[in-house]
Amino acid sequence: MDGFAHQIIAGIATGGIYASVALALVMIYQATHHVNFAQGEMATLSTFIAWSMVEAGFPYWIAFAATVMLSFLIGVLVERLLMRPVQNAPVLTHVGVFIGLLLIVGNMTGWIFGYTTKVYPSPFTSSGPLMGGLISAHELGSTAVTLVVLTLVFLFFRYTSLGLAMRAAAYNPRSARLVGIRVGWMLALGWGLAAAIGAVAGMMVAPVVFLDPSMMTGILLYAFAGALIGGIDNPLGAVIGGFAVGVLENLAGAYVVGTELKLTVALAIIIGVLVVRPSGLLGRVVTSRV
Amino acid sequence: MLGRRQVLAAAAGALATPSLVRAEETTGVTAGEIRIGNIMPYSGPNSAYGVIGRTEQAFVRMLNETTSFAGRKINFLSYDDGFSPPKTVEQARRLIDQDRVAFLFNPLGTPTNNAIQRYCNQRKVPQLFVATGADKWGNWQDFPWTMGWQPSYRTEAQIYAKHLLAERRDFKLAIVYQNDDFGKDYIAGLRDVIGAERFDKVTKTVSFEITDPTPDSQILSLQSSGADVLMIALGPKAAAQAIRKVHDIGWQPLRYLTNVSLSVGAVMQPAGAEKGVGIITSGYLKEQGDAAWREDAGMNEVRAFVRQWMPEADLNDSNVVYGYGLGCTLRQVLTQCEGNFSRENILRQAAGLREVALPVLLPGITLQTEPQDYRPIQKMQLQRWDGASWVRFGGLIEGASV
Repeated sequence: MDGFAHQIIAGIATGGIYASVALALVMIYQATHHVNFAQGEMATLSTFIAWSMVEAGFPYWIAFAATVMLSFLIGVLVERLLMRPVQNAPVLTHVGVFIGLLLIVGNMTGWIFGYTTKVYPSPFTSSGPLMGGLISAHELGSTAVTLVVLTLVFLFFRYTSLGLAMRAAAYNPRSARLVGIRVGWMLALGWGLAAAIGAVAGMMVAPVVFLDPSMMTGILLYAFAGALIGGIDNPLGAVIGGFAVGVLENLAGAYVVGTELKLTVALAIIIGVLVVRPSGLLGRVVTSRV
Repeated sequence: MLGRRQVLAAAAGALATPSLVRAEETTGVTAGEIRIGNIMPYSGPNSAYGVIGRTEQAFVRMLNETTSFAGRKINFLSYDDGFSPPKTVEQARRLIDQDRVAFLFNPLGTPTNNAIQRYCNQRKVPQLFVATGADKWGNWQDFPWTMGWQPSYRTEAQIYAKHLLAERRDFKLAIVYQNDDFGKDYIAGLRDVIGAERFDKVTKTVSFEITDPTPDSQILSLQSSGADVLMIALGPKAAAQAIRKVHDIGWQPLRYLTNVSLSVGAVMQPAGAEKGVGIITSGYLKEQGDAAWREDAGMNEVRAFVRQWMPEADLNDSNVVYGYGLGCTLRQVLTQCEGNFSRENILRQAAGLREVALPVLLPGITLQTEPQDYRPIQKMQLQRWDGASWVRFGGLIEGASV
C-alpha cells in the first residue's frame, strides 16, 4: 500500500512537468489554432539561453526574466519570418514548417551548446528531503510556478482587452479584422506568449531531467496527452490533464501494463480522448453552422 | 556513330585497366593515400557520440601532419547515419562500392553495425573496432571480418556478479535496465554468474524506455520489492536521475552502475556528488575529471592533443578520451602493416595486437588479440565513488568464460 501511495505522489511530481509544457501547448493553440510540434525544442533552446546567463554569473531570477523576454521575441520573430509567408497555405504546409522548425532548432541547440548533459540550477531548495524524498523542493516550487502562470494566463485572456482581441483573432479572424483587430499581430503575439511560457516550462523541467538538447522529446508527447485530456483550448484543463497523465502513467506502468508500455499508455490516452470526447474534459464543444 | 561519351568512357576504361589488377589486392590504397571509412551519428538523438568521429578526424589530421605510413597519408571518410540502420547500410555501400575504402573503422552503434555486418563479411571488408559494447562482436567463427574493441556489457555484468557473490551470501537483487540490447546484456551477464535458477528466485527487473522522462516510478517499484542490491543499467541521463532518486527516498542498497554512465561530469555531478557515495562501477579508460590523472603522462598527451587539434572539444566528455584511444589503435594497426595494406593483412594485424598499451587505458590493461580472440579489451577494474572521484580497488578482473 505504501508503494501505491508513493507511485501516486511521484506521479504528481512528474505530472507537474507535463502540466507546464501542456500549458504552453494550449497557449499556442488558443492563439493560432495549431499545435506547434517545435514547442519542446524552442523551450529547450530558451533554457540553454538561461543556462548561459546563469553560467556567466547573472542571478537566477534576472536570467529567468531576461530569458522569458528573449523567448517572447524569438516567438514573435518565428511567426513573422516563417509562419507569415505561409499563413494562407493549407494546414499540411504548417505542419511541415513545424517539423522543419523542430529539426532546425533541435540540431542548432546541440551545435551551439553541445550534447553533454548539463546541470541547471533550481531556485527552490530545502534543507532535507520532503515527504521522505518522494517530492523535492524543486518539484513543489515548479508546481507553484505552473499554477501562477496558469492564473496569469487566465486573467490575461479573461480580463484584458488584448486577451479578448487575441481570442477573437484565433476564433474568427475575418470578423475580428472587421472590428479593427490587427489579426496578424495577434498571431505573432500568441507565438511570443507561447514561447515565453515554454521557456518557463523548460526552466522548471531542466533541474529534474537535466539539460541537454533532447530534454523535451520524451516529455512533449505526455504533455500533449495531458493537454488533450483537459481540452486543448482550456488552460486549466491542460494543467489538470498533465497531473492526471503523470499519475496514470505511473500506476499503469507499475501495476497494470508494465513499464514497457508506459509510453503506449500516453498514446492510448491521446487516441481515446480523440475518439470518445475530442474536446477533452473541460474543453468547449465547437459547433459550427454549415 | 561514336558519341563523345563512349570515347571518354573507353579512354577512361583503357587508363583504368592496368591498375585494376593491383586494385583488387589493395583496394583503397594508392601511392599517396590509404582510404578509410567511418560511420557516425553526427545528427539525430545519439549525436552526442558524434564527438568520437570528430576526435578521430582530428587524430587523423595530426597523423597526416606529423607522420606517414610507408609514404601514404590517410584519407578518413566519415559519414553520418543519424543512428538509423537503413542509413548505415546506405553509407556502408557508398564507402565500400563508390569510395572503395580499404576498410571500415569504428562505425558506431549496436543496431547500426548489426545492419552492415553480413555485408562487410560477404565482401570481405574489415569492419574493425566497432564502437559498441555488445557481446556479439567477438564472434570470429561466423564473422571473421568484424571485430569489437571495448569490453562487452555482458563481460562487465559478469564482473559485478563475481564481486557481488564474494561480498554477500544472501541478497535480493533489483535491476533497472534500458529496454534494448545494451540493457538486456546486463541481465544476461548477471544471470551467467549467479546461475539461472537462483537469479530467477532473487531478482526483480524493471525496464526503462529512453522516451520515459524519469526512472522515478521504476525505482519506487524496485524499492518496494525489498531488494538490497541494485544494478543500474541505464544511459547517462537516466542513471543520474536514478542515483538521485534512490538517495532521496532513503533507500540504501548496494549499488552497481554500468560503465556507460560513469562520467563524472555528465552523471555523478548532475546526480549530486554526495548522493552516489559507495556506488560501484568498473572502468578501462581514464577519466578527465578523475583527480588521479591530473599529472598523468597519458592524459597529458590527450590534453595536449585537444589543445592543438580540436580546441573546441570538451575534455570532460569521455567520448574524446575514447576517440583518442581509437586513434592510437588505428595508428598501431597501420604501423604494424609495414606497407602491406591489403585487406587480408590489415585484418591479420588487427588480430595480431600483442599487449599494446594505450595512453588512455587504465594501468595494466592492454589491447590483446589473436586470430581466435576478437575481444581486444577484456579486463576491467572495479571502482567506487567516494564523493569526488572514482577510487579503483582490487585487481583487474576478467569476465566469466561462458
